[in-house]
Amino acid sequence: MNAPAEVTEAPVKVAKINFIQGLHQALDEAMAADENVIALGEDIGDAQGGGIFKVTKGLTEKYGTNRIRSTPISEQAIIGAAVGAAIVGLRPVAEIMLMNFVTVAMDQIVNHAAKLRFMSGGQTHVPLVIRTTTGAGVGFGGQHSDMLEAWFAHVPGLKIVMASNPADAKGLLASAIEDDDPVIMIENIKAYGQMGAAPEPGYRVPLGKAAIAREGSDVTIIAYGPAVNDALAVAERLAGDGVSAEVVDLRTIAPFDEATVFASVGKTRRAVVVHEAVKAYGTGAEIASRITEELWDTLKAPVARVGSTYSPVPFSPPLEKAWIYSQDQIAAAVRGTIDRRARG
Amino acid sequence: MAETQSGPDRETLLDIYRRAMLIHRSDERFRALLTQGKLAIVYYPVRGQEVVSAAMMAALNQDDYLVTTYRGVADQLAKGIPSKLLWAEFTGRVTGTCKGKGGPMHITHPETGVMVTTGVVGSGLPIANGLGIASQNRGDGKVTVVCFGDGASNIGAFHEAMNMAQLYKLPVIFLCSNNKFGEHTAFAAHTDSESIVSRAAGYGMRGVQCDGNDAVDMYNTAKAAVDRARAGEGPTLIEAMTFRMLGHLFGADFSYVPKEVAEQGVREDPIPRFRQHLLDLQVSESELDAIVAGIEAEIDEAVAFALESPFPEVDELRIDVVKEEIAA
Repeated sequence: MNAPAEVTEAPVKVAKINFIQGLHQALDEAMAADENVIALGEDIGDAQGGGIFKVTKGLTEKYGTNRIRSTPISEQAIIGAAVGAAIVGLRPVAEIMLMNFVTVAMDQIVNHAAKLRFMSGGQTHVPLVIRTTTGAGVGFGGQHSDMLEAWFAHVPGLKIVMASNPADAKGLLASAIEDDDPVIMIENIKAYGQMGAAPEPGYRVPLGKAAIAREGSDVTIIAYGPAVNDALAVAERLAGDGVSAEVVDLRTIAPFDEATVFASVGKTRRAVVVHEAVKAYGTGAEIASRITEELWDTLKAPVARVGSTYSPVPFSPPLEKAWIYSQDQIAAAVRGTIDRRARG
Repeated sequence: MAETQSGPDRETLLDIYRRAMLIHRSDERFRALLTQGKLAIVYYPVRGQEVVSAAMMAALNQDDYLVTTYRGVADQLAKGIPSKLLWAEFTGRVTGTCKGKGGPMHITHPETGVMVTTGVVGSGLPIANGLGIASQNRGDGKVTVVCFGDGASNIGAFHEAMNMAQLYKLPVIFLCSNNKFGEHTAFAAHTDSESIVSRAAGYGMRGVQCDGNDAVDMYNTAKAAVDRARAGEGPTLIEAMTFRMLGHLFGADFSYVPKEVAEQGVREDPIPRFRQHLLDLQVSESELDAIVAGIEAEIDEAVAFALESPFPEVDELRIDVVKEEIAA
């Protein structure tokens, strides 16, 4: 099954943008369109440099310091303030500079943002976006590199998105800001400079909808974030060997698009899930399990998972390189599902 | 009782008295029904702290915001949540403020400004800042009060929130009821500062300590903080000195409270003191009795309403998780 028509591709223009520009455009457009949209985070004001990755650069000048709130280093205060503002109708975009620092704000995210709609019986809700960046491969070591999406996917009430290209980054952030529930947007540091097609103003990628990034017939590779690009590279490589791999870009990790995934795997009858987070206890386990439960009678092989090593992210460059999943591991997992003797 | 020249007038004092007695009698009724086995809920008594909430909420408008805690029944009643809805929520009924899905520790009622009730000690303070940011950005003149106890002043969120509120000059009032115990731990055993209010200086914030068992002192302190916040002059930390006359939760051990401390608490009981103050001001016994009689009738009706109301349907599990109804 193809992805829904409205999400297949960004309208391509000549200009290209990177992730930072896509995120900046989404924020700028949202703030221009709705005065309830505000941003909070450490160093995000122009006086502080417009954010360490410059995503918010220039926005203070346009929207003022009441709407671009550069904060103290106080993660609980940032998320708590965003929750409070959200329940009375503001649409805060809170930035947690690096994903590991969400540990400091877990109470506000898990006990408050995620649950206030339910616990209030629907009287209040939390239209909050938490933008956060992370990713191994840039030498930050153990406390600045983790992919923690599985923690949040396990909490009812939270939505989690991760883009694989700049247009999606813009479209997902725009949709997240307009969503009436808390959304966590994970951004990969390594991908920030990646160029891609520049979408038109107003471009949206709906939450909860996956995209078919590449069509194929022998196996489905399910991935999100930069792992999609690795999956596409592997699919290209395997095509030369006569293996036709379909790549599903999940785009929303929770709630994940069962319809698109099941349709693809129902067609190919083999599946491999790929993510940068450690393989053990990861979201890949959930996706693999749901595919197995739904399509057991169809599958030609067990659903395979590819993730990173079950250790803290190391500093030393060769160790760090070895820690992250590799394209070779993806290729081996794909071949493993194909070489697997079909069940009788 | 402190004499003040510009203190609350007779009408305001009677309003505070009505709120305090509603809290007092409701608290008694919760404990009575628990004792009789007619209720089976976790209940955090507020006996001894009635005047703090009554006077603070009397200084607010109905559309001002409140964030409170699991020991929030005093604040919620004083802010104006109808007794029926509150009792129904405390007993898990679909007719409650939150359809029975929040319960005693998670009361929300936006119509009376009660935006969040949290069961996590200290976590309300950062959220109050967000309400304050919304009011500041909109210029709507609303004030946010966040209530907490002395124990909450030692979690990190307290310090982060106080610093941010002062930095942004938010219209937020941090109301600490220093009831002398954080759960089972005495103030001196959890805090070596001489007071909570002394910490305000560390953030450049205005801090005021008051007698939370004295309706006049409590009201004057609250009103001054509200006026400042509404005028854009920023936050205030209020430390209202009071005493929790019962255990941390209903039925819990109270032996950790030294006998002389408990006895002093009884001597300083705000309820008879407040009544005597009103009698001294020539309010008649019959007028005060009529207020209490009205409250008793309100509680009778609320209890009956709650206990006769149905529980929510199981379908509610799929609703309000997110905006979209989730699959079974």
